[in-house]
Amino acid sequence: MSLDKQVALVTGASRGIGRAIAHELGREGAVVVGTATSAAGADAITQDLLAQGLRGQGLVLQVTDAASVEAAVKAVTEAFGAPTILVNNAGITRDNLLMRMKDEEWESILATNLTSVYRLSKAVIRGMMKAKYGRIINVGSVVGSMGNAGQTNYAAAKAGLLGFTKSLAREVGSRGITVNAVAPGFIDTDMTRALPDEQRAVLIGAVPLARLGSPEDVAAAVAFLASERAGYITGETLHVNGGMYMA
Amino acid sequence: MSSIEERVKKIIIEQLGVKEEQVTNDASFVDDLGADSLDTVELVMALEEEFECEIPDEDAEKITTVQQAIDYVSAHLG
Repeated sequence: MSLDKQVALVTGASRGIGRAIAHELGREGAVVVGTATSAAGADAITQDLLAQGLRGQGLVLQVTDAASVEAAVKAVTEAFGAPTILVNNAGITRDNLLMRMKDEEWESILATNLTSVYRLSKAVIRGMMKAKYGRIINVGSVVGSMGNAGQTNYAAAKAGLLGFTKSLAREVGSRGITVNAVAPGFIDTDMTRALPDEQRAVLIGAVPLARLGSPEDVAAAVAFLASERAGYITGETLHVNGGMYMA
Repeated sequence: MSSIEERVKKIIIEQLGVKEEQVTNDASFVDDLGADSLDTVELVMALEEEFECEIPDEDAEKITTVQQAIDYVSAHLG
């Protein structure tokens, strides 16, 4: 299979899009390390991968904690070798109107959704430079491009992630490392299930393909960018949104 | 076992893809050997690996010539 010799690190792999990405990369042959914030979550990932017949394990990682990131990358490297694929997927929402937004809501989104991407990328880049090969895929969001009322914090972090993606792509391109983003639209996950029914109906009405996306729809795009076949694509954002936003 | 100077020069030749005769002691990585900023970071990584040490960023920034690399390694590994 196409990812047979690759070691993939996927953050936020307990559920939703991250879990689908872990499965898809595993099915393509990669050893997959999926991270969760709790020991129970990490165990569940290990069991899940085992049940799917995939190679890899779960790992505890607090993406907002520099020491935790260092330790996680070290643990992966010792167990399986340096990661050649990094999928920065972990993310949270703290929606609020700007006028009501608390500093804590702003800062926690920036820390979890953007600063984490900087930390993880920095931690794996040395190994990729040595290997002269690497794939970094950052999971953004359509709202990073089109904006969304109530999500100034989330949209700012996701738009920041796109600028980061392009800049790092320029820095390390000469070493065979590609850096891309996948920007999901309205995907059927716990994060979107939290929305009120009316809001969901309105959102689906704005999607030309007239349905919610599935985590697998996003995972397929990530797996493509992680493959060798995508070796001439870097700094790009692949929108997976059913046409709700056409860049 | 070759001397530190020989080992440092060998790494510079490999990392920067330059000829042995270009690697004079006073040669600057960027000005004389055509290294870009990423090359210099990689060079430090290669030195760390060869000499099994960690070179802090603030020290790494001061290593800009062949002689400075030799001096740094000599001073810290003796």
